[in-house]
Amino acid sequence: MLKSVTKIAALAALGVCAMAATASAGDLVIESWRNDDAAIWKDQIIPAFQKGHPGINVTFSPTAPKEYNAALNAKLEGGTAGDIITCRPFDASLELFNKGYLASVNDLPNMKNFSDVAKAAWTTDDNKTTFCVPMGAVIHGFIYNKDIFKELSLAEPKTEADFYAVLDKIKADGKYTPLVMGTKDQWEAATMGFQNIGPNYWHGEDGRKGLIDGTQKFTDAPYVDTFKALAKWGPYMGDGYKAQAYPDSQNLFGLGKGAIYAAGSWDISTFHAQNVNMGAFPPPVPAGAKDCYISDHTDIGIGMNAKGKNTADAKVFLDWIGSEEFANIFANALPGFYPLSNAKVEVKDEVAQSFVSWRGQCKSTIRDSYQILSRGTPNMENELWTVSANVINGTQTPEDAAKQIQDGLAKWYKPQQK
Amino acid sequence: MSRAHYWRVLAFFLLPAVLVYSAFSVYPLLATIVDSFYLRHPGAPETFNGLGNFYTLLGDTTWSKPFWNAFGNNCLFFLIHMVVQNPIGLALAALLSLPQLRLRNTYRTLIFMPTMLSVVVIGFVWQLILSPLWGVWKSFLVALHLGFLFGPYLGQEHTALLTISLISVWQFVGIPMILIYTALLAIPDELVDAATVDGLNQWQTFFHVKLPLIWPTIGLVSVLTFVNNFNAFDLVYVMEGALAGPNYSSDIMGTLFYRTFFGNQLQLGDKTMGSTIATMMFLFILVGVMIYLFLIQRRMQRYSF
Repeated sequence: MLKSVTKIAALAALGVCAMAATASAGDLVIESWRNDDAAIWKDQIIPAFQKGHPGINVTFSPTAPKEYNAALNAKLEGGTAGDIITCRPFDASLELFNKGYLASVNDLPNMKNFSDVAKAAWTTDDNKTTFCVPMGAVIHGFIYNKDIFKELSLAEPKTEADFYAVLDKIKADGKYTPLVMGTKDQWEAATMGFQNIGPNYWHGEDGRKGLIDGTQKFTDAPYVDTFKALAKWGPYMGDGYKAQAYPDSQNLFGLGKGAIYAAGSWDISTFHAQNVNMGAFPPPVPAGAKDCYISDHTDIGIGMNAKGKNTADAKVFLDWIGSEEFANIFANALPGFYPLSNAKVEVKDEVAQSFVSWRGQCKSTIRDSYQILSRGTPNMENELWTVSANVINGTQTPEDAAKQIQDGLAKWYKPQQK
Repeated sequence: MSRAHYWRVLAFFLLPAVLVYSAFSVYPLLATIVDSFYLRHPGAPETFNGLGNFYTLLGDTTWSKPFWNAFGNNCLFFLIHMVVQNPIGLALAALLSLPQLRLRNTYRTLIFMPTMLSVVVIGFVWQLILSPLWGVWKSFLVALHLGFLFGPYLGQEHTALLTISLISVWQFVGIPMILIYTALLAIPDELVDAATVDGLNQWQTFFHVKLPLIWPTIGLVSVLTFVNNFNAFDLVYVMEGALAGPNYSSDIMGTLFYRTFFGNQLQLGDKTMGSTIATMMFLFILVGVMIYLFLIQRRMQRYSF
């Protein structure tokens, strides 16, 4: 009985969704994976847009991040996707453009507000066509609990030596987990571990471009050294970190049980909601390094469904996304996502402000597996998740991990076969 | 009943099922097999490739290593179900069919309950129970002075698959139990009475009278287990994600297929290679079921009441 009731309810809901999908002109539906931000879109961003464009109704309709790519592809192929598509960076969106699902945004007036670097993640290989408006970047670093640092009289570490000294002190005290991160979900190990501290070793863009043009190999010192640094993390990561999932990490730090959290800047709002008194420091520089580098990753863009029913309104909306007004709303409504436009933006959140301030001190780079290098089989990003977790778990040596990635890349990527 | 009328009646009863199965089972299966003979080109139409995809899948180590790893894991997954789930299901059914048992329906419902829960709920609950940070399993073991047995099971290569298999056993043990229980109920009382008169005790009655009569059901349960286990995907996906970590140690055919067909993070979906893996899964299951049908089922003696 209960089952049939839920079935009917589900069918009714489906019917409503179907009706929403076949909405009339003047309505826009946004496809997105940012289900965490649904409230902010509904309460802040969309109302701000509608103030200036009262005739256009916008609905934000997110999917869970894990399912987004698969669900979006299915919807596009079936012709039921919304008019506005939130774009993953690089190849996932490039493929959608090549298949004719995303339209060019070259002719939007506000595209002049973006630099080539900002547009790179959503531009064809020949640099001719941009197919999504760059929306935001995320920055990697470490968030720390100020109260715990005060209690144990610790200072923000600048170098790697400082970093381990601080971790040792927290560990010796024994009350808090020194470094909050888990390896169960694997992407944490790759994203907040490898891609977070790595740029300091491979010198940001130099290393990333070197891998792409074949002048550097993953078995070179910078990459092996990054894995070697990761291999030291395990003992600081608290009991049972091997079965600690990402939400566990968030809760551990959010509840004040951990001192330092390997972060992406998007975590800021999560911890604000839990009232953590926090600060942030950039990835500590290795001994002897002069410059610092940060992962300042072009993570999120927004484009339009080329086969959508309402392209005129979609263009109006996308152009507004490229405006200074949007950049300011976005930066302050979602602390931890940084607008990519050249517009003057004032970030009011203190922690988000400190992340973005590193752009002035260090050189920015993006995650090295994102452009071109994850196009073949085996998939480099997936492999990086796996080996980064293995290295931290101590089940694979740094040299082995680097060799596995290099061999996988050399299997299909011509510039690496020399 | 005239001949024409007979056909009409036959069509009336058969057509709905034939149509539904053809549209939702047969057609997708055939379409998948057809897809597996084509090769995908980024940004260009697919071309016919004959058995090329199968050569790639089985001959190129980039593909064959994950494939045989998933196959091996899947065999282990199935073995654990056969060795743990089905004997426990049989034992529970035997206990339930004891004449002097009280609260029989309560037990039956409780044991069957997990089967009806959503996998997402089960995955979530078990992750909480087993969590080294806030799980009750740790305190439970410590209270029993067995704390040394605790570990981050879901994060270690040698325990992840075993843990997930046992959770799956816990979830599905109700199905063999119910099937075998109904078979036990169908055994006529005269046989059991005769055995009692002949001086057999409960154990002997079970092993010499009841068990031979339920072999066909146990065979059916084994085949169902085999088919379900080689199509399994959801529990691993919920507990370990699409990469079936750590280090692909919990990767089974279903998760390998999902990653290949739908993609994951930066890996784009590959329809034709995904279909190739799906076709291989279909062939494995087909061969397994055929072995059962031709070698085992035909030799079974059925007792006709």
